[in-house]
Amino acid sequence: MSEREVLELLRENARYSTADIARMTDLEEDEVEAAIEELEATGVVRGYQAVVDWDKLEDERVRAEVELNVRLDRETGYDDISQRLARFPQVKALRLVSGDYDFDMEVEGDSIREVSQFISEKVAPVPEITQTVTHYVMTSYKENGIEFGDGEDDERLSFSP
Amino acid sequence: MTFELSDRVQTVPPSGIRRFFEIAEERDDVISLGVGEPDFATPWAARDAAITSLEQGKTSYTANRGRRDLREAIADYVADRFDLGYDPDEEIIVTAGASEAVDLAFRSFVDPGDTVAIAQPSYISYEPGVIFAGGEVLPVPTYEEDDFRLTVEGLEEAGADEADMLVLCYPNNPTGAIMSAEDLEPIAEFVREHDLMVLSDEIYAELTYDGEHTSIATFEGMRERTIVFNGFSKAHAMTGLRLGYALGPAEAIGAMNKIHQYTMLSAPTTAQYAALEALDSCESDVREMVAQYDRRRQFVLSRFREIGMDVFEAKGAFYCFPEVPEGFTAEEFAEEVLREQGVAVVPGDVFGAGGDGHLRISYATGLEDLREALARIEAFVDGHA
Repeated sequence: MSEREVLELLRENARYSTADIARMTDLEEDEVEAAIEELEATGVVRGYQAVVDWDKLEDERVRAEVELNVRLDRETGYDDISQRLARFPQVKALRLVSGDYDFDMEVEGDSIREVSQFISEKVAPVPEITQTVTHYVMTSYKENGIEFGDGEDDERLSFSP
Repeated sequence: MTFELSDRVQTVPPSGIRRFFEIAEERDDVISLGVGEPDFATPWAARDAAITSLEQGKTSYTANRGRRDLREAIADYVADRFDLGYDPDEEIIVTAGASEAVDLAFRSFVDPGDTVAIAQPSYISYEPGVIFAGGEVLPVPTYEEDDFRLTVEGLEEAGADEADMLVLCYPNNPTGAIMSAEDLEPIAEFVREHDLMVLSDEIYAELTYDGEHTSIATFEGMRERTIVFNGFSKAHAMTGLRLGYALGPAEAIGAMNKIHQYTMLSAPTTAQYAALEALDSCESDVREMVAQYDRRRQFVLSRFREIGMDVFEAKGAFYCFPEVPEGFTAEEFAEEVLREQGVAVVPGDVFGAGGDGHLRISYATGLEDLREALARIEAFVDGHA
């Protein structure tokens, strides 16, 4: 149970210190450390990353959501295709999904040209892939549960009953 | 002409926290722990229901007592959560915030000269409410050594056996104290023995972190002499929508409705649609907010202990109630920590007997701000050690 609580707090903000998490969960600091080690060792926690609002940066960062349709045969399954695609550093996320297409892939690059080239030269030629539909991200309003944009000022009275 | 103010209005002093507002206004880096309202927005489903009701043009008055479907939903909710059984037709009234319900009760049941015992420290509006109704306040202090719980000894010492009415607020604003079923049993006995009426403000009932909330109205012989108040402001983060309710015997609620129908007519219609949706589909939002408050509570309690300030182990609401370090009154501490460090806290004496020497700290504020505010308080305390 405490492990789950620690996990929730890490998901909320992975930069909470061990001491802060201990204070919030009423655990000892070494218990929190042990819980985090366990979560990492068992592969429940796979890594820690910043949630970035790229629009705030001057450097261009291009992202695309790519729908992939595949045709399977006796020798090739979804896992085989996913392993081949996931190795590319441009692929930031890859999920098998239900519905009109098979894979949902997030791709990142420094320019539209770079992303387009990657999809046309590396992804589309994969023999099992029958179709790609690329959606370039124009603006991101929410990532990893965090809403972007302003309006976060606390407008409450500084004192109230 | 000059306005000749009524004696009742003149009797009530201005709010004890008004002066602090002015100091807070002078700085632009104030972190406020003085706020008695959630920092969460109303759950989206409830907001959406309010928007939809407006789109559909549902902007007329409702029944005086509130929409029937909302009263039914409230009846189901209090039965399910707090084991309280009330008839939606006769025994429930929906009001513009629980504050209106409290005011209606004072005006319905207090005659000039009646004595109203108030367990203190307590929410700051009870006392003026009694005075506006012409009654007299009998403070019944509670103490930290009793975990700020009301005791029969406390009632006896204050002379509450002679009072006409007793006001309770558990979980408590400002201390965060709760009263268990075992704590309430002897209070109920005292109340029955001395034939008191009880106003039980249970607006923080959902924000109980240790055990289950018990209403005094569930004890034998108490339902017929108790008015229970609750609302959507705290647990459902709907302060600005102004929606509360009162539960009580038909005759009592009927009396309150008489004043309500001549003054408020009906609670805000848009807010009633939001509240209906809040009861219908926002339970998981409430659970998530309560979990967040609980984490912050533990964080704040733990930090005060590290700072070296004694702090009461609050178990409800979203306040904690640390003791002011030696060398300060509560008011001095609150003023100086605001001027020097830009942290707004409320001195405990504002909340009446038993509150002096303490501060009310609200943790209805994001963790980042709490961490910074506690660091500033620590710097202040260390600087004056």
